[in-house]
Amino acid sequence: MSFATNARAARSIATRELRRFFRQKSRVWSTFARPLFWLFVVGPGFGRFLARTDGPSYQQFLFPGVLGIVVLFGSILSALSTVSDRELGSVRAMLIAPIPRSTIVLGKVMGGAALASLQGLTVLLLAPLLSIPLSTAQVFSIIGCLLLTSITICSLGMMLAARIDSLENFSAIMNFVIFPMFFLSGGLYPVKLLPEPLRLLVAINPLTYGIDLFKHVLLNAAEFPFAVDIGVLLVVSLIAATGATLLFDKESKLMRTAKVR
Amino acid sequence: MPASSGSIEATELAKHFGSVAAVDGINFSIRPGEFFSLLGENGAGKSTTQYMLTTLLRPSAGSARVNGHNVAEAPLAVRNSIGLVFQETTLDRDLTVAENLSFTCTLYGMGPRQSRERVEEILGVLEMTDRRDQLVRRLSGGLRRRLDIARGLMHRAQVLFLDEPTTGLDPHARASIWAFIDSLRKTQGITIFLTTHYLEEAERSDRVGILDRGKLVALDTPAHLKRAVKGDVVHVRTLDDEAAKVKITVQLGVPVERADAGLFVTAESADTLVPELFRILGGQIIAVNMHRPSLNDVFLSLTGKRLAAE
Repeated sequence: MSFATNARAARSIATRELRRFFRQKSRVWSTFARPLFWLFVVGPGFGRFLARTDGPSYQQFLFPGVLGIVVLFGSILSALSTVSDRELGSVRAMLIAPIPRSTIVLGKVMGGAALASLQGLTVLLLAPLLSIPLSTAQVFSIIGCLLLTSITICSLGMMLAARIDSLENFSAIMNFVIFPMFFLSGGLYPVKLLPEPLRLLVAINPLTYGIDLFKHVLLNAAEFPFAVDIGVLLVVSLIAATGATLLFDKESKLMRTAKVR
Repeated sequence: MPASSGSIEATELAKHFGSVAAVDGINFSIRPGEFFSLLGENGAGKSTTQYMLTTLLRPSAGSARVNGHNVAEAPLAVRNSIGLVFQETTLDRDLTVAENLSFTCTLYGMGPRQSRERVEEILGVLEMTDRRDQLVRRLSGGLRRRLDIARGLMHRAQVLFLDEPTTGLDPHARASIWAFIDSLRKTQGITIFLTTHYLEEAERSDRVGILDRGKLVALDTPAHLKRAVKGDVVHVRTLDDEAAKVKITVQLGVPVERADAGLFVTAESADTLVPELFRILGGQIIAVNMHRPSLNDVFLSLTGKRLAAE
């Protein structure tokens, strides 16, 4: 199979991801409800409590973090759909097709990242409500940052998906992956206010650098240099995508959910 | 097409999971265009064999060739030349019939135009052209299965692997699936490798392999296999099967197999055996039934087990 056919296969895996999302209405609605909850329920509450006189309001500070959570959920959920689809559904059709595992991982990451970025973009429409001014240049920068961040998180999600057998333990994934990544990301509070051990955890969380990118573009008040954010995300996504491909290649991970009779 | 196209060869093929030999060194050779059934109980190693032949599991020992390609060395070439229909559907319920088919085309390297043509062609074969834009979740189980099977053939596979394809379907849908598979065989001349525990499905095939605890205990045409069980089979149910089995063995000296459903006694002629049975067992007998050897009798005589009736 040539590069072109592999690229086409990856693209159709990605398109399928988007199509499926928009046909699952409940998934669409819950995706849009989540950021509204954070911005207009949690935000104002803590905003009053933390009333600040200088710099951005708490709601404004929270905005990049909410973009982060949208990207986090969108990417991880899309990657984890691999697990249920491997048990019952389309991933098996991909596994028996004459395409290398790397194409499957690439397609899933592209699809998940496009989906998560699209979800982030719809949240961006709320920026004017929080008096965050947006220029055209900022919108384009945000699109780039959304894509880079969601590619990274999707690749990590694919590594996770290759490692786990079923989603029966989804609550464990929530508690040990999704929540820690969100609460230790600098999205809810500035990293510099955290005690030292937590700050270390924040520093090894890739989402931190994604949210920091959003802060650079939207608030002009970030915690790490721009180049560091970009560099970390690029390196992590490359390592994770390679790792996911290698893990998928192991037969035991691949057909373990199939009933071996 | 190369001469090996459509053939399947296994040489000392084995798969171990830890210390368990799920498949324990099996050998067979399937001709192009042949309809081959692998029969066995759950856990006999049928699916493991099939997964090795379709490159989804790597053999622990031995080797296999499908369409002339080695499954361990050229998995992509093998996958490019086969269709595999799993017991569970691999269709996307949230996509339409046509979307599912064209997704498959892209996975097999077809360009947009080629896949459009192929999708229309297959929709015609399936007689589902008017359902092309229907979501798969709205199709009946039988139609979904047809679509699953057709999907295995989108790329003109020469070998079609079917893993218990009619499980969970009602008898009517099952018959229609088999009519569909038969018509595909006639028009396309493909090799079919079926794993099943339904005897009447194995009965249709050219040759049957019987797998028991990872070993291939028989491989022949259904007619030959049945002829190997000589004479008639008498099925007797008694008040105490164990005691009756001993009596029959000692006093009549004919082969007896015990199963959950009762005793299966094989003799040259049922006409003379039945009076003998009444003579030695008398009032112990609850029911007697005689028949010509079936594949189930073959299976029983080889493995000591009967396959569950439907």
